[in-house]
Amino acid sequence: MSTEAASNQVDQKTKYKVIGTRPIRHDGADKVTGKALYTSDVHLPNMAYGAFVRSPHSHARILSIDTSKVDAMPGVLATMSSADLPDPWDKMENLGEGCVNYAHLSGNVLARGKALYKGHAVAAVCATNSHLAEEAAAKIKVEYEPLPWVTSVLDAMKDDAPLLHENLVTQSLGETSTKPSNIAQHIHFEQGNMEEGWAAADLVIERELKTSSIHQGYIEPHVSIAMWNEDGRLKIWTATQGAFVARQQVAELLKIPVSQVLVIPCEIGGGFGGKVAVFEQPVAAVLSRKCGRPVKIVMRRDEVFEATGPTPGSCIRVKLGATNEGKLTAAKAWLAYDAGAFPGGMIGPGCMCILSCYNIPNAVVDGYDVVANKPKVQAYRAPGSTQATTAMETVMDELACKLNIDPIEFRLRNAAIEGTRRVDGPVFPRIGLVETLEATRDSDHWNAPLEGPNRGRGMACGFWFNAGMQSSATAAVNPDGTVSLVEGSTDIGGTRASIAMQLAETLGIAAEDVQPQVGDTDSVGYTDVTGGSRVTFATGLAAYHAGLDIQKQMITRAAELWECDAAEIKVENGVFRRNGDAMSFKELAVKLNNAGEPIVGRASVAPQVSTNAFGAHVVDVEVDPETGKVTILRYTAVQDAGKAIHPSYVEGQLQGGAAQGIGWALNEEYFYDDQGHMRNASFLDYRMPTAYDLPMIDTIIVEVPNPDHPYGVRGVGEVSIVPPPAALATAIHRATGCRIRELPMSPPKVWMAMQER
Amino acid sequence: MVRVFIPSSLRKLTDDQSPVEVAATTLREAIVALEQQFPGIQQQLCLRDSLMPTLQVSIDETMTRRMSAALKPDSEIHFLPAIGGG
Repeated sequence: MSTEAASNQVDQKTKYKVIGTRPIRHDGADKVTGKALYTSDVHLPNMAYGAFVRSPHSHARILSIDTSKVDAMPGVLATMSSADLPDPWDKMENLGEGCVNYAHLSGNVLARGKALYKGHAVAAVCATNSHLAEEAAAKIKVEYEPLPWVTSVLDAMKDDAPLLHENLVTQSLGETSTKPSNIAQHIHFEQGNMEEGWAAADLVIERELKTSSIHQGYIEPHVSIAMWNEDGRLKIWTATQGAFVARQQVAELLKIPVSQVLVIPCEIGGGFGGKVAVFEQPVAAVLSRKCGRPVKIVMRRDEVFEATGPTPGSCIRVKLGATNEGKLTAAKAWLAYDAGAFPGGMIGPGCMCILSCYNIPNAVVDGYDVVANKPKVQAYRAPGSTQATTAMETVMDELACKLNIDPIEFRLRNAAIEGTRRVDGPVFPRIGLVETLEATRDSDHWNAPLEGPNRGRGMACGFWFNAGMQSSATAAVNPDGTVSLVEGSTDIGGTRASIAMQLAETLGIAAEDVQPQVGDTDSVGYTDVTGGSRVTFATGLAAYHAGLDIQKQMITRAAELWECDAAEIKVENGVFRRNGDAMSFKELAVKLNNAGEPIVGRASVAPQVSTNAFGAHVVDVEVDPETGKVTILRYTAVQDAGKAIHPSYVEGQLQGGAAQGIGWALNEEYFYDDQGHMRNASFLDYRMPTAYDLPMIDTIIVEVPNPDHPYGVRGVGEVSIVPPPAALATAIHRATGCRIRELPMSPPKVWMAMQER
Repeated sequence: MVRVFIPSSLRKLTDDQSPVEVAATTLREAIVALEQQFPGIQQQLCLRDSLMPTLQVSIDETMTRRMSAALKPDSEIHFLPAIGGG
């Protein structure tokens, strides 16, 4: 792998001691030696094992659930259905990142009245071992009345489509339909004057793109252990992206106070947005309460595919107008995203992202959130943006080609900058899209020759908001001058290191002198989910302020030692100085040991900003004319990180997002048969890219500092998944002359398009 | 005056006016002022004393759900869908 320094990359080595370096991650030894504790590694005394009964139908009324055959089975400890869950609140709550409807969440955890997709959990059982639990689950008799079903988003929008929810009506702000529909929500944004926009255009292109549902594909399946103690306290060990939001959801679904629930987040084997909502946690809890033992539930891979959150399938239409000089004059976008079985998909961010890379004076966006007989969608890395951006960027490329303008130059002529108003209203602050595009234009990859038949080069860019939200951190100074840090963000991307490094930089000590830990919900202040590319930004900000708190206390204590006024003491690079006296952080910490109250810094923050991430990717492909198989020859991901705290992990995020986007582009899809059943619910059949499919992905880190963070951090985790499908679509076009307008661009589709040339 | 950009679907309540200017120092005051001018709009934006869970608000360069969020005399307010991340 090569990592190029973009022209505007700041040489921070003179400015920072820790930030920008590449120390070994604090959890590295545990991870590579197999000692890290994942939820599945937790074994409690007298533990029972749970299993689900799931619907074999895509849509069916549940007529009865008969557990009589298993109630008397030796080793079976308890059974449950939705009747064992409290009647759900008719309540919606914002959990920091999007809102949850508890009635829908409860109905997704265990079906109420109807099974809404194949794999929908209908009942559950626990037994003394997992094999017995599976055997018992198979013997629970559920009587169904199959119903007509619909999985395609466009079919679900039709007037005569089977209705999933008889009481669901279309809502838009200010207007609620009275007619039941699968369309849950209509979003509309507009700015400027469309008639003037089209009239000013010399060239107008309108295209439609369809995408399939795909899964996040985390290696670790959903797994939880619940232990409901006799004192009423519920403990949950789980693989989650947010211990506090898991606690909130479980408490609301079970109608118990949050203070009765302790969530212990274990190490997590991937999440990417799919491990925010609860699935098995409340079920394990109720089974534990019933049987009086801790209960572990581990989903099988087919359950993960069929019953946890994919990202929406979609249909998107984009119409763009531009002048011969390459200025966009008007844009119209129409987006329909499936939400799965319950309302509340990713249509909002899709509508807000689709035009956000560009300054377009006249624009209108309409979006539709549509329920269908598929598992409820969940977030997936920049949720909603990849589908929308693929539609937008492929039309941008077609415009550039027809206007005979270099695709990067075309984007630079229209790029959003500070002051650009997005179609949804907000005005961008300082952002780094232009610098990112310039770094792409100037890269070795973009300027290298690409020769040979059936080969092509493509590029695309993308946007994701990045979030702030609430984070907490506590840091205690140890007698040897090291610092123990407890923070509330579960670590799914090396954030222990990036947060610890910011604390170390603030205190002027080495990264290795900070020992970071992820706290449970009783041991650290409230912290929102690990998502929205927010952790290094927001929890890092909490660590920074906790460091300042420590520094302030140590100045006071140093003043006592030196018998001077605190104002006389200056701190520079972790050294406390006064009138020729000087002590390093470590020296002072040793002196203060047992000389008064221990020093503990703390901070909670809630930055209310988007840090605005932009990325641009370049890809070279070769297409096999005999099979349609696309081979990636070279790939470069360019991204504005604001400031790369640990460049290796920034590069890892760029590479990981690119790899997932490549899978989305070329192979991954939920393949449904004529019964609405997913036919590829295993890693053998659901084709994710492996190391054999990918070249080493090169990265270029651009650094346009975020003015809302003391070290300039923007957050990097998500936007890297956004450009790959459009970049690959344009590369395939250059290689074959064909524009593929449906994801995935799998060999059969590419081959067929080549035959139809 | 604070400029409140009205979502297009709510503009029938504002006689198609957007943005609307109000005198307010907090988001709560701005919504109350809107309601006084255009009755019925508050119930589309708020649930009891809070912002609708499905919404977030952009005030200048910040995103918030706090009704007490401070406004400058020339602030811009936009009502947006709440979003999640992965």
